Amino acid sequence: MKIVVCVSHVPDTASKINISSDRKNIDPSGITFVVNPYDEFAIEEALKVKENLGGEVVAVSVGKENHKESLRKALAMGVDEAVLLKTDSELDSMSTAHVLADEVKNLGAEIVFMGKQSVDYDNSITGQLTAAILGYNSISVVVELNINENKISAEREIEGGREVVESSLPIVITAQKGLNNPRFPTMKGIMTAKRKIIEEKSIELGESSTKVLGMKKPPAKQPGKIIGEDTSAVPELVRLLKDEAKVI
Amino acid sequence: MINKILVFVEQRNGQIKKSSLETVSTAKKVAQELNAACEAVIIGDTIENIDVIGEYGIQNVTHIKNPDLYNYTTSGYSKILSDHIVECGADTMFFANTAMGKDLSPFLAVSLDASITVDCTELNIVDGDIIATRPVYAGKALIDVQLSGNKKILTLRPNVFPAVSNSDTKADVTVKQVDGVNLDNKVVEIKKSSDKLDVAEADIIVSGGRGLKGPENFAMIEELAELLGAATGASRAAVDAGWRPHSDQVGQTGKTVSPNLYIAVGISGAIQHIAGMSSSKYIVAINKDKDAPIFQIADYGIADDAFEIVPALIEELKKT
Ligand SMILES: Cc1cc2nc3c(=O)[nH]c(=O)nc-3n(C[C@H](O)[C@H](O)[C@H](O)COP(=O)(O)OP(=O)(O)OC[C@H]3O[C@@H](n4cnc5c(N)ncnc54)[C@H](O)[C@@H]3O)c2cc1C
Ligand SMILES: Nc1ncnc2c1ncn2[C@@H]1O[C@H](COP(=O)(O)O)[C@@H](O)[C@H]1O
Repeated sequence: MKIVVCVSHVPDTASKINISSDRKNIDPSGITFVVNPYDEFAIEEALKVKENLGGEVVAVSVGKENHKESLRKALAMGVDEAVLLKTDSELDSMSTAHVLADEVKNLGAEIVFMGKQSVDYDNSITGQLTAAILGYNSISVVVELNINENKISAEREIEGGREVVESSLPIVITAQKGLNNPRFPTMKGIMTAKRKIIEEKSIELGESSTKVLGMKKPPAKQPGKIIGEDTSAVPELVRLLKDEAKVI
Repeated sequence: MINKILVFVEQRNGQIKKSSLETVSTAKKVAQELNAACEAVIIGDTIENIDVIGEYGIQNVTHIKNPDLYNYTTSGYSKILSDHIVECGADTMFFANTAMGKDLSPFLAVSLDASITVDCTELNIVDGDIIATRPVYAGKALIDVQLSGNKKILTLRPNVFPAVSNSDTKADVTVKQVDGVNLDNKVVEIKKSSDKLDVAEADIIVSGGRGLKGPENFAMIEELAELLGAATGASRAAVDAGWRPHSDQVGQTGKTVSPNLYIAVGISGAIQHIAGMSSSKYIVAINKDKDAPIFQIADYGIADDAFEIVPALIEELKKT
């Protein structure tokens, strides 16, 4: 079975974000880019499925040359092949999903893993869009997954609990934290990954359907206030919450 | 040109979600400014009090009904909703950005060939079009987005837009029975994590971190939360230590929350934690280190031992 895992390349979550001079994007200088944290769960799950059912795992990323770093990490974790669908343009989710869907079709994959969310634009829709374009089934925000022949049973996180969902292949699954514990690349994995060739393809782009008019910093919060350093401050806290903030 | 807005109203267990009423009120306001029509649709089996949607601003409501629609199903809901949108002629759709809204809205974007933007926290009308503002990079930046094309989909972050009930008007509900629900994707069971409120839906959240030293000490966090009618949350350190479930995690790789009041106890205020809660309306921090970064964003801080302050706070609240 062919398994595709989609990997995005995002600023480390510890990054301070500054706005670029055109006020439409972030300023990438000084930022370390890493594999999107949720995609590590997706990679791990793809590898587990391969170990249990056999097959081949292909990691796919849409973006700039530097996305190869994240693809390299996926290879080091154990995926068999990596493909960079190369573009220097900023793509919105819909365009990204079309590019990914084309590649999934091209590879003939029946199961696609993605992260539930990319921690850059936090869209949380690329998996579902890709499934819709392909006409595949889809289960998002998955914390538990069982595949039995062509049947899928999964648990997805919802407010205050989980839905137990049954579906079937072909399918797109988006991974939530809790699904598994992503493995660390081994020394051998890292060495093998260095030798592997990442396939590069250029892509055809349609018009983006969303337009970012501008990017800005959120309004600064008032500097904090310490109202006391012992229990004598507690009645004052309650009074402030009641009378000033009016939140209790 | 926006002529007709359709709001997807979400139900679970036959009950309308509060976040959907926020979406109803917001859509109504936008529709008025644009001089556009506004309708709502709700999918389910038997649903209580559908007509309250009228009080929140929308008169014309369609209830699409079938026993197989009691629980959410991606395949079933997306097909039915897509058909309904085409039939009612709406060009713009609003959803709440909930687990269901996030799962469902992208399917409509594809089947209707609509543009989509999610998790909006502000909507402005400029030259007859909606300009949406939404957080990116976990709220470290905001973008203004314009959607192109003839069909548009927006999802609104819960707890940000007000649900305004300003009339006694009951909605006119049209029931549309459907059959042959597509169950390629079927929810066979819902496991409740507990009866407690989810952080993503709460007006008040009390969160604990590594400073609480162990899982047993979350009892006082729960007691405080209960007194306030709050949900309990946690930092990643508390989740990774196995003290609390992942569904409680607040932050960049947990839940993004914007309650009226967020109380952080024994949480240092790492950038990833702050990213998930800094848009809370009021923040209280209790931390014994007065240099902890959490105090930089706290409206009210108490720099002392949580094991002294939290019990005192519980006592004080019980008094009043
Ligand atoms: C990729 C990535 C993603 C992450 N995502 C998240 C996320 O989503 N959410 C998140 O929370 N973190 C996240 N983190 C982790 C984050 O960097 C911090 O490690 C974490 O938030 C720390 O949790 P904490 O504040 O509970 O613990 P600590 O930083 O250890 O702070 C404990 C605090 O408790 C105080 N304290 C100790 N004893 C007491 C006492 N008796 N009374 C009062 N105060 C006391 C201390 O002064 C200290 O400030 C992420 C990290 C990475 C790398
Ligand atoms: N540029 C990209 N290349 C490959 N996969 C992507 C890309 N962007 C998003 N994805 C996948 O889609 C998931 C959800 O992303 P998003 O909808 O942007 O939050 C990510 O976790 C990735 O698995």
